Amino acid sequence: MTNQAENHRAVSQPRPTPARFSHIALAHGGGGQLTDVLLNQIVMPRLNNPALSQLLDSGMIPGGRFALTIDSYVVQPLFFPGGDIGRLAVSGTVNDLAVCGARPQALALSMIMAEGLERKVLERVLDSVATTADEAGVRIITGDTKVVGHGQADGIYLTTAGIGELTGLPVPHPDHVAPGDVLIINGPIGDHGLTVMLAREMPEVESVLRSDVAPLNGLIEKLRCAAEIMFMRDPTRGGLAGLAADLAARTGWRINLEENQIPIRPESKHAADMLGLDPLEIANEGKVVVVVRPAEAAAVLEAMKRHPSGRDAKIIGSVTAEKDGICVLHTSIGGWRVLQKPYGEQLPRIC
Amino acid sequence: MISTDQSAEKLLERLRVAAQAVKEDIAFMEVCGTHTTSAFRCGLPTVMPPNVRLISGPGCPVCVTSQGDIDRLIDLGSRQDVILCTYGDMLRVPGRRGNLETARTRGRRIEVVYSSMDALKRAIDEPDQQVVFAAVGFETTAPATAAAVCEAQRQNVRNFSVLASHKRIIPAMRALLTDEEIPSIHGFLCPGHVSVIIGSEIYRPIVDEFNVSCVIGGFEPTQLISSLLCLTELVLNRQTALVNQYREAVRPEGNPRALALLAEVFEPGDARWRGMGIIPESGLVLRDKYRHFDAVQRFELSEPDEHEPPGCICGKVISGAALPVQCKLFGRACTPVSPIGPCMVSSEGTCSAWFKYGRSGHLNLSCTHANEPQEVLP
Amino acid sequence: MCLAVPAKLIEQDGQQGIVDLHGNRLRVNTMMTPEAQTGDWILIHAGFAIERLDPEAARETWALIKDAEQAAEDQAGQSGSVARTNRNNGGIV
Repeated sequence: MTNQAENHRAVSQPRPTPARFSHIALAHGGGGQLTDVLLNQIVMPRLNNPALSQLLDSGMIPGGRFALTIDSYVVQPLFFPGGDIGRLAVSGTVNDLAVCGARPQALALSMIMAEGLERKVLERVLDSVATTADEAGVRIITGDTKVVGHGQADGIYLTTAGIGELTGLPVPHPDHVAPGDVLIINGPIGDHGLTVMLAREMPEVESVLRSDVAPLNGLIEKLRCAAEIMFMRDPTRGGLAGLAADLAARTGWRINLEENQIPIRPESKHAADMLGLDPLEIANEGKVVVVVRPAEAAAVLEAMKRHPSGRDAKIIGSVTAEKDGICVLHTSIGGWRVLQKPYGEQLPRIC
Repeated sequence: MISTDQSAEKLLERLRVAAQAVKEDIAFMEVCGTHTTSAFRCGLPTVMPPNVRLISGPGCPVCVTSQGDIDRLIDLGSRQDVILCTYGDMLRVPGRRGNLETARTRGRRIEVVYSSMDALKRAIDEPDQQVVFAAVGFETTAPATAAAVCEAQRQNVRNFSVLASHKRIIPAMRALLTDEEIPSIHGFLCPGHVSVIIGSEIYRPIVDEFNVSCVIGGFEPTQLISSLLCLTELVLNRQTALVNQYREAVRPEGNPRALALLAEVFEPGDARWRGMGIIPESGLVLRDKYRHFDAVQRFELSEPDEHEPPGCICGKVISGAALPVQCKLFGRACTPVSPIGPCMVSSEGTCSAWFKYGRSGHLNLSCTHANEPQEVLP
Repeated sequence: MCLAVPAKLIEQDGQQGIVDLHGNRLRVNTMMTPEAQTGDWILIHAGFAIERLDPEAARETWALIKDAEQAAEDQAGQSGSVARTNRNNGGIV
């Protein structure tokens, strides 16, 4: 046993060498480490430029007055408890602008529909787009429609692009994050990803779970009035774990999360247990993590709690000065573990 | 909100006191992959007494499945005339020619199911298609396969078959205890959910013959710590015993209905385990009266060609003979993004747990105390 | 090696049952637990009930059962908490 421990110590730091791949797998779109592999091996070498290389939720248009973002939505099922593809498409793009410090001004909407899509489905989706856009205070000012042959697409895919105006306030950026800063989330994690996964993989399950999908620009506007936000991001694909691990790697500081402080509904926790998933890795669509200086944490927490989208807000962690660029989760039994970005697609499992 | 903190802390304190009193290095083997994952997830390695070590045993069904069986499964899933239904766990396990996920990207019908009955239902819904259920797992999971086979027989579902590589845990534990390469073990933390089916008494011959303690435990952090405390106290008191700490779920005789289902459909047979070779009576094969549901027979599959990925030491890791970091592929060529061995693919695999919870292998998980980060929240 | 979660059996019809897992309801096969009655806690693995849990022991060890019963009580507007005994660390059998 002693021998093994010594061998163990002697091992130098391994350097992962991601394998080249010949075909796109579902997991390449999971927003996890495999998505990074795709970006690094194929996209960045071809398209790189100073704005894109920031890899933020929105890109800054040269000149510094506007931010631009785009996202595609291919969710199945199209309608799920708490939301639908239309609400998702508007909220996701609005939130990507808002977390970059931009005030959403206008959206573009592109629809790819499969031949045979029912008219009433399209009407329902677009009604939801309209309602959500109203809620977020943005308009759809341009769009595109394409129809592909039966079987070439699954129902309907939406793409939304958005443009937002930078407000003159300091733009949140990972570079502003410093040791001592505090991480705050506006509510419980896991609701969206678990709701959609249950609806897709186990449609016979009846659950009280509802997606949290919502535009957050209203909440974020209030927060930015309350304090200077160093950095913020919505923990969508990859979940809170992906966000925190990314932030740690990006800033080079250690990010600490307190397991006992991370809000999660019991129904989400137990649904995740049943599916063998870690709620920390599950997508959210109505959550934002903000990083602020410790002196402003109380003010931001208060501002969140006053807003309907932030009633269950919590301080969940902090940044410390260790320069290891990792995210550490302090567990409920007083131990700790490293949180990494998930690898790819989340699958229910039995083992 | 779930809060087990106080009782966990008290138990940990008792564990530390007991371990200190033992005064020597002790090692327990957790036979079950779910125990491995639970331990890492709650950060247990970082709060363990320095002289107590947990060795992961052959308890991840994906990891112990032989490479030949995996290749055969992927080959079957790559056929155009087959719908392959599998638990999500198997989707990314690498075979010689890609994995099930890559087969799916090439348009093959690979479907993830939550239950064996979902696979049977698929067969009933699509009578013109051959539906194969990839049946992996230990005694916890095998009764579900047996139930689906019985039901298929009852309803005469002709397009349903199973490719079974179910395993039995007791023969594997015996094989470990007689293998000289395996480090000496001061006790087994026995798999709670397997024991639900097979019962607690079945471990007694192991305790008596090999003079090693067997403690059956649950999976919540407090249950886990409590089982380790029990094992440590047994060492301290120089006792060996069979202890059932999961009595709310595990009966001495197991679940008679599940055992009857198993006995109806399967009989014990020799099975090949990754890295451990053929272990007598350690597998479950379909009885003659159900043999027509065997995918091997239906598709006339040949005996798989056994090989293991070059350089991969999953076989040794599974049996506790080596640590993941002793593999020269670990964290370099073999990562969860591009896994080479099954211990890195399965979320329960020892390599995957070491990589994921040990910062890509940067943290030394067998002596993590020195790395304890400071308390941080305001 | 095998994920299994406790859930409360709320409906039963032959070998099919519906369990509640803190607001998540799913159909399970109960052929392996014929003795389980509505209201019992059962252990679910891969769509099957694999064992009926001894309620007293389960309440002591499973935080989530405690949580669920607490939640049910809170919903029912009762103020009393579930009586809890010291946890039993199991005995040598």
